This record gives sequence, structure tokens and C-alpha cells, in this order.
Amino acid sequence: MLGYIKLAVLGLAVVVAAVATGLARDLSYQIHALVFMVSAAIAFIWLIRRVGEPAPVADPNTYMDGPVRYGVIATAFWGVVGFLVGVVIAFQLAFPYLNFEWAQGFLNFGRLRPLHTSAVIFAFGGNALIATAFYVVQRTSAARLWGGSLVWFVFWGYQVFIVLAATGYVTGSTQSQEYAEPEWMADLWLTIVWVAFLAIYMGTLIKRREPHIYVANWFYLAFIVTVAMLHLINNVQIPVSVLGSKSIPVWSGVQSAMIQWWYGHNAVGFFLTAGFLGMMYYFIPKQAERPVYSYKLSIMHFWALIFLYIWAGPHHLHYTALPDWAQTLGMTFSIMLWMPSWGGMINGLMTLSGAWDKLRTDPIIRMMVVAVGFYGMATFEGPMMSIKAVNSLSHYTDWTIGHVHSGALGWNGMITFGALYYLVPKLWQRQGLYSLRLVSWHFWLATIGIVLYAASMWVTGIMEGLMWREVDAQGFLVNSFADTVAAKFPMYVVRGLGGTMFLAGAIIMCYNLWKTVTSTAERKPASVGSAVPAE
Amino acid sequence: MGLLDKHGAIERHATLLLVLSFLVVSIGGIVQIVPLFYLDNTIEEVEGMRPYSPLEIAGREIYRREGCYVCHSQMVRPMRDEVERYGHYSLAAESMYDHPFQWGSKRTGPDLARVGGRYSDDWHVQHMVKPQSVVPESIMPAYGFLLNRELDRDDAEAVQEIMGVYRMLGHPYTDEMMDAAVDDFFAQVDQFGDPVADRYPGAQQRNFDGQDTVTEMDAMIAYLQMLGTLVDFDTFVPDASR
Repeated sequence: MLGYIKLAVLGLAVVVAAVATGLARDLSYQIHALVFMVSAAIAFIWLIRRVGEPAPVADPNTYMDGPVRYGVIATAFWGVVGFLVGVVIAFQLAFPYLNFEWAQGFLNFGRLRPLHTSAVIFAFGGNALIATAFYVVQRTSAARLWGGSLVWFVFWGYQVFIVLAATGYVTGSTQSQEYAEPEWMADLWLTIVWVAFLAIYMGTLIKRREPHIYVANWFYLAFIVTVAMLHLINNVQIPVSVLGSKSIPVWSGVQSAMIQWWYGHNAVGFFLTAGFLGMMYYFIPKQAERPVYSYKLSIMHFWALIFLYIWAGPHHLHYTALPDWAQTLGMTFSIMLWMPSWGGMINGLMTLSGAWDKLRTDPIIRMMVVAVGFYGMATFEGPMMSIKAVNSLSHYTDWTIGHVHSGALGWNGMITFGALYYLVPKLWQRQGLYSLRLVSWHFWLATIGIVLYAASMWVTGIMEGLMWREVDAQGFLVNSFADTVAAKFPMYVVRGLGGTMFLAGAIIMCYNLWKTVTSTAERKPASVGSAVPAE
Repeated sequence: MGLLDKHGAIERHATLLLVLSFLVVSIGGIVQIVPLFYLDNTIEEVEGMRPYSPLEIAGREIYRREGCYVCHSQMVRPMRDEVERYGHYSLAAESMYDHPFQWGSKRTGPDLARVGGRYSDDWHVQHMVKPQSVVPESIMPAYGFLLNRELDRDDAEAVQEIMGVYRMLGHPYTDEMMDAAVDDFFAQVDQFGDPVADRYPGAQQRNFDGQDTVTEMDAMIAYLQMLGTLVDFDTFVPDASR
């Protein structure tokens, strides 16, 4: 019966989307309606071939790893796409004629930059988080995922969201709020997918067979629920027409700025930090084969981190028209945030106590340790840059871009690569990775790439900040704005090269993982995928 | 560590963990965001701010669509060099009609909060078509295609719909402004048309791109030439503490 209801809903969705495609008032909307139509039609066909047949009953004592495998593939794929767009726009800034004339309306920097940020944060990072969350919550709860086919809905629904966002940016549909660019249709769709994600996660935790909820799950859960809150409040908007992609955000001016950076900074704090700390708390102890260093520290830094992070948004608005009291609060809490951030770093690094020798032999643990190292550096640099005096120099400059990338490439990228190298042999029942030497190559390419990136952005950022404010003895400004642009050229080339190295490392990883699945010996342990006991 | 021992209760109840986490993450936002909606001095009292004219709205939507905010801020900070370079520091009142704000976060290009009136219309056309022709060091992409994108009655009516949403959100558009929106849209590119400034004080009215047709370039330049020109700073008294 349920199968027929699903078919009816999907059939209706196909028809509605087809009508919307025909009546669309703009190109983005038309593409979006088409994406919905095709997705619903594929799901319809897939379902109709199975309707009436007895549903395959999954053994409740096994893990549901299908969506995790797909998630791993999606993470690697979107990672390469996101890094590639990043390299393209890095070189567009060095060589502006790469904004090709024939593609002016579609591929200019202003449209590709949101594509890059969303692809790496939400497509690469998001898929990594969803896949590892599904993997970790099953192992640490000794329970199969709750929700059955709803899990597949979350995976595919999230990919549809990514396609909606990406096609929207290139065809000019944007809310013009950084990291929250998708318009109302994509926002609504993401809300549905995210609620399903939260339901699966909570459902699995509730039916767990372990008495305690493991620390990694605290972080994943805080990440899921906080992102839901941020997404809903930052995207309150009124569509101009139900047949067009444009919507008007309800918040304006100074309130809109505050809400946007409350959202924006906590996209960093919860998407890119809390969620990835969940990853750290599972994969580092597993790879090092050591227990987490301190249970007490994990309790204290968890609650302190999630409480303090949410206050840090105003440091993106220092010396702006945001009232001073809000700026001061933002700065104060940002500085305090240093402590719980380093609590997480210490807990991650010290987990290696007694296993430090593995750094010499295991390039995967090396990757994870460097990730935590970059996490520590970025979470020191961040509080420092949030001090108003420092921020008056660093704000609006490339320093911010460098800071973001030492966090994103160093921390998020490296810990994800480590998790992928850990997961692929496990998920495809292989004895080990195809080549540890290629992991070493990836490690060094990525690390040197990040160093080039961060160092060049420190130089350009501090240089342009100083050049902007330089006055001569008579009190006149010394440099025109154009002078500062010209001065940054060599460093922009270095940055592009750093990004290219990072991209090359990721491509090597994809090859290595591919060969691991196709060309290494199978592992035949006694209890493949068995749900007891907790791993 | 008596308190930490009690943490076990939270670790055993998934719903309790969810509820407590949510409470803890909601506090900061409530304290920082809610007062901005009721504290009187959040938005300064100024002379001259008005909602956007129809053509300026079209320009602003192009500005958002092309992602200009990615490289250009619209927020002059109160520092010596910025005030020298760009003009009077920006006020909260100046973006009160911006859904969403366009303050930006990065200056790959210069700040645009007070770009209005700084350059001629011709300069802007040249600069959009080939930025390096007027600023050799520039790394800005070209936007010459704006000259070829004609705006017709449908586009003007779409702006009227946007004004309807703005009005719903409290912008002081009168019935007269709403009814005249389509006419005003086209009048603003015609020097001899009905004076748009009657309804939108300070609105500039002329053929911005020099072409016979109304294009996205007209709208874009109309928006840019208005930026930062509305507030009368002679009558502005800053709040001592805000």
C-alpha cells in the first residue's frame, strides 16, 4: 500500500514539475523544475519496477553501509569538482582574461566564487559529514540505521540540493548572502532533507544497544540541530512569484548583517568544526588504536565550544554600522573560543600517546595529525584576527582568505582524506589500501600546497592592509587602490600553484581509492558488517 | 568532579542531549540578534534616506545576480584612510532598505558605498565593457553583455512585484508610487520624461548608457550613481555611544 502512495506522490511531483518547467519565468527556475522532474521520474521508474514484490528484509543485526559507500564516492567526486573550481577562480584573479568573453554572463568570477565555496563546504564537506555520521553512529551505537529507505532519500535528496544550488549560481539565481546563496526552492528542499537526516540520526541513537552515547555523536548531533536552526532563520524570505526563482529576504540592513554572520560564522563553527570534530573523535582513535585521551576534557570542551561559538558572528562586522555593544560581545566570545577549540585539539593529539611511532609508518595517521595541527593553528589565528585592532588591518584583505583556507584545506580537507582512506578498505571489504606510497604523495602535495596558499595570502593580506592605510608626511594617502591590486600579482600566482598541488593530491587519492576497490585482495573476516558488539 | 559524574545522565538519553544542545546554542543568537530589532539607536535618524526607485531596484538586482558583493564592500569604516579614500563612514540607516545587506566581506576591488557621482556615466560604461581600458591594473571581469540585455515592460512589471514585496515588509511605497512604478522605470532613463525625483528625491534621471534602448547597463549605472548620495550629512548628528 505504502508503495502505491509513494508512486502517486512521485507521479504528482513529475506532473507539477513539468508544468512548472513550462511556466517558468526565468532560466534558473526552469532548470530547477527540470531537475525536480527528472529526479522524481527516475525515482518513479525505480519504484514501479519493484512495486508489488515483497520488500527485501534487511537483517537488523547488520549495518546499513550502502548509503555510506555512495557518500564516500560523492565526497571524493565533489571534492575534486570544488577544488578544480577553486583553482580556476584563483587563476582568474591572477589573469583576469580567464573570465572568458564568450562566457561573461555565466562564468565570471562573481558567479563561480559561490560555486566554489558551496561545492567545497556543502558538497564535499556535507557529503563527508553525512557519510561518516551514518558510519559512526551505527558502529558506536551497535545498531542499524533507523529509517530504512529514508536514508537513501537523504543521500539522493542532498545531491539534488547540490545540483540545484550549482545550476542556480551559474545561471544567476542567488540570494547574495555568502554561504547561503541558494534561493527559496533549494532552501525549502534542503529543509526537508535535513529534517529527515536529523530523524534518522535521532532514531538510530534512540534504538542504540550501547548504554552511553559516544562523544563523536554529541558533536554530530549538535552540528545537525544547529545547522537546522541557522538555515531556517537566515533564510526567511518571500518568493516574488511561485513561478520564479527570485525571493526577497525578510531581514534588511544591520539586522540582516548580524543574522547573516551569525549564520555564516556558525556554518564554520558547526558545519566545519563540530561535525568534523565528530569525525576526529571516531577516526583518530580507530586509526591510532588508542582510546580518546580525556573523557573529562571532551565533556568540558564540547559544551564550551557549542555555547561560545554561536556568539562569535559579529567579529565579521568590526567597525561597521553594527552597534558597538554587539561588536564587543562578538570579539570577547571569539577570544574565549580559543580555549575549547584547543581542548579539542589537545584531546585529538594526545590520543596518540603511546602511538607516536605510527607517524613514521602510517601516512593516514600523519594526515589526521596534520589536520588537527591545522585546526589548532586556525583556531588560534581566528581569535587573534577577531581582536578589533588586528581586524582593522586584516578585514577585507586576503588574510581572511588565507585563514579560511588553512582551516578548510588543512583541517577539513586532511581529516576527510584520512577518513576516506580509513573507510574505503572497510566498506568494500579490502585487505588494505592499494598504495601507501601514493598516500604519502598525496600528503606532501596537499601539505606543501596549503603552506604555499596560506603563506602567500598572509603576505598579500598584510601588505594590502598596510598599503591601504599608508599616509605620507603631508597626510595624503600614498597608494591608490589599483596600486595594491598590482602589487598582489606574484602572490596570486603562488596561491594558484598551491591550490593546483592540493587538487593534484586529491586526484591521486581518487586513483588510489579506485584501485583499492578494483585491484586489491578481498578481506574475509568472520563478522563482516555485524552490528554487535560496538566498534 | 561531582558535576561531571552527573554528565552520564545526558549520555544515556538521546532526547535530553538533543534538547540541552539546542538550548545551549540558542542563547548567543537571542542575546545578539533580538535587541537589534527594538533598541532605538540601532538605526540612526537621518535626512534623505528613501526606498529605491524602480530602475535602481533593477540595477541592484543585477548587482546581486552577478555577485558584485563577492569583491566589493559597501561599508566605509570610520578609519582615517577609509574616510579619506571613500568618504563619510557608512551608517546603518544607509542600508535600512537593503534586503539583504550588501556590506560585503572582501575588497578585491574598492569599496562602493559612496561610488555615486564619483565617475561619469561614460566611465562606468567603458569600465564595464573593458575594466582594464580605464584602470590598467584592474582584475575585474568584463560585463559588456549588460549593454545588450534590453529591459522591456515585463522586466518593469517584475520590479513592480518586487516593490510589492518590499511594501509588505514595511518600505514606505505609497499607492501612487506603486501605480507609477512601470512608468517611472522607463522615465528615469529619459531626461525629458516625467521627473522621477518628485517621488524619489535625489533620483538621477538621464540616459545612462548612451544607447537608444533601455538596457541592464542603464539600470546598473543608475544604481551605482545613487549609492551613498542620499543621506544629508549636514544635518546628521552622530550618537555619542551606540
